[in-house]
Amino acid sequence: MISLAGRDILHTWGKFVFTGAGLGLLIGVTLTMAGVYRGMVEDARVLLDNSRADLWVVQKDTLGPYAESSSLYDDIWRGIRGMPGVACAANVTYLTMQVRQGDRDVRAMVTGIAPGAAGTPGWPPYLVSGRQITRGHYEAVADIATGFKLGDRLQIRRNHYAVVGLTRRMVSSNGDPMVFVSLKDAQEAQFLKDNDAILQQRRRTAENPSWNRSSDPSVLDGAIASLGNNPYVNAVLVQVRPGNSPDDVASAIRKWKRLTVYTRSQMEGILVGKLIATSAKQIGMFLVILSVVSAAIVAFIIYTLTLGKIREIAVLKLIGTRNRTIASMVLQQSMALGAIGFVVGKITATFAAPYFPKYVLLEPMDSARGLVVVLFICLLSSTVAIRAALKVDPAEAIGG
Amino acid sequence: MKRFPIQKRTVALLAVLTPPLVLFVYAALRSGPLAPVPVTLAQIENKSISPALYGIGTVEARYTFKIGPIATGRLERLDVHVGEQVVAGQVLGTMDPVDLDDRIRAQDATLNRANALLDEAEARRAYAQKQARRYAQLLEARSSSEELAATKEQEFRIAEAVLNAAREEIVRVRAERAALNVQRDNLRLIAPVDGLVVARNVEPGTTVLVGQSVVEFIDPSSLWINVRFDQIHADGLVETLPAQIMLRSQGGRLRSGSVLRVEPLADSVTEETLAKVVFDVLPKPLPPVGELAEVTLELPLLPEAPVIPNAAIQRVGGKTGVWQVRDSKLRFTPIRLGAGDLNGQVQVTQGLVAGDQIVIYSEKALMPHSRVFVVDHVPGAAP
Repeated sequence: MISLAGRDILHTWGKFVFTGAGLGLLIGVTLTMAGVYRGMVEDARVLLDNSRADLWVVQKDTLGPYAESSSLYDDIWRGIRGMPGVACAANVTYLTMQVRQGDRDVRAMVTGIAPGAAGTPGWPPYLVSGRQITRGHYEAVADIATGFKLGDRLQIRRNHYAVVGLTRRMVSSNGDPMVFVSLKDAQEAQFLKDNDAILQQRRRTAENPSWNRSSDPSVLDGAIASLGNNPYVNAVLVQVRPGNSPDDVASAIRKWKRLTVYTRSQMEGILVGKLIATSAKQIGMFLVILSVVSAAIVAFIIYTLTLGKIREIAVLKLIGTRNRTIASMVLQQSMALGAIGFVVGKITATFAAPYFPKYVLLEPMDSARGLVVVLFICLLSSTVAIRAALKVDPAEAIGG
Repeated sequence: MKRFPIQKRTVALLAVLTPPLVLFVYAALRSGPLAPVPVTLAQIENKSISPALYGIGTVEARYTFKIGPIATGRLERLDVHVGEQVVAGQVLGTMDPVDLDDRIRAQDATLNRANALLDEAEARRAYAQKQARRYAQLLEARSSSEELAATKEQEFRIAEAVLNAAREEIVRVRAERAALNVQRDNLRLIAPVDGLVVARNVEPGTTVLVGQSVVEFIDPSSLWINVRFDQIHADGLVETLPAQIMLRSQGGRLRSGSVLRVEPLADSVTEETLAKVVFDVLPKPLPPVGELAEVTLELPLLPEAPVIPNAAIQRVGGKTGVWQVRDSKLRFTPIRLGAGDLNGQVQVTQGLVAGDQIVIYSEKALMPHSRVFVVDHVPGAAP
């Protein structure tokens, strides 16, 4: 049996393929948009994955350290380390700031990692080049998205750091690349003011009569010395000993240390449910609009394609072709158009994704869902065209 | 039935459709989460590494002299300025004596008076002695009563006691005078040793409290660096280790030195161990006290052992180890680590031998079921 749809497509294949490609670009945009949403969620997840923590201990009653600011004394980890079920506890600080390198500056999340060896919570879990930090000061491991290279000198506040290692996909929940430095450097960077401000601060302290006592000049020295201290960190990352439930350890820390503790799933809830909720809704809205627009466009295309073949359909009817055959021809064409569109869309999305400034994650399941939705939309939109085709009067073949 | 003719346009259609299909298959399999992860491999070698310790510290003077008065008073004069060299015994300044000179004059007068009193007492004693002797002779000649002779003898004894008292009074007054002299001398601020003036804390006319320093100077030949090493990286820190010192103002220029001593008291708040490092040859000009310095200590060379880069070290399920590729499948090998150096080389004491291949870099975190393919360098990272 001759495939009517195939013959028809071959007849005007140029038009058909180009229409499919055009539709494909639209589907590509839709897939990319879904990828942008997935990318945002993924950014939040990799942030949690890369910290390698089971529990996040933060300041009481805060949603820190990512969604809210949180500060803890930097010796609290010792007490937490001693809690039953805790395998490892490490301080960490996060500070989003502009990192300068030569004439340019890059927005990055500077992460202060506790001294130790590779594998300590907070450390970059894998590198693509270079090595991990070995010195206690003035070394940095940067995400490759910052554009820094091995050996570059970065400036954070007043200190210079040598880039010794590069990593990949280490981003904050906003998609800013991370720069890892040692905890002490990061604490200093977080708190250290510029030299002018320090000078002014000293002057103000010296003007305060309760610090600057004529009867005891040493009080002022003590007061000034205490200005430059920063004994705070943003969170303590905790790894739970195998065999212990993170929830049990978390509730023990909550109970005895009177701090707020989040488990992995709670943290994910905070990041995905609170931090990126509005942006995610915005993108979801756009996704819905794009789907509706795509559906409408597919319907119009199939309809106009069918209307262009009115005479041929009338001839078919005249020679006694069954309605089912004609309907299946239109349906097959519509499906073929959808398939071409999907293939082109998937290819465009895949090759365009790396060029986006933020991470675009194209999940295979999303693509599969996309295919189903595209075919379903094609099915729906072909019904309009089928109705038009079936209403054709066979007399039109010889008329007009 | 007639065979479907292969027409030109069928060929053209196939030609147009085939590349997108191939690309599609490629896109579906080679990107996204299903794509294999590029990794780089390296072979482990037996190497001898020289571990090193790294710390930062500040330039400090071993001896700082804070000169001030021993009694509260007003500063009269201060002759030295910051940056000047002083020598041992040099008068740096003086405190205002206020009424001290008057008190010394009063003490001089008191001394004169005491001398006069001594003269008087001596005269009285001489007279009383003569009288006593005379009445003793008269008593022998029975020309005087025994009572009168006893009275004269008593008067002589009293005069002698008064003379002794006058003598002791002179000693007392002299001592007090000497004490005032010492106080007067102490109003002068004198340098105990040679040194370099680093601070002039008050200006003449200011009232200075006991214990407050007026001028500070250091012994410039005693500069050392107070270095802080993170306790986690302080293993092997001992005296006499050779050190490389880089002063912040002289970036890149290394100076040699050595560890003078490791402090028995560590900083428990900052979790750091402290050590004092001295220069082999003092830099000229002298670095300012308080300048930041980076110090690297070279530890003795370790015997050869399998060495891996620290970028390869992973922690999976609470175990430290490395990834290995066997028959194009990933396998996690737990290892035990030894010492490491500052260039990121770490010795393996257990779990690997020389010749083993391990994964160094990967584009993503690896899982046991990850598909991998070996590359020379991870895409995007310069080789």
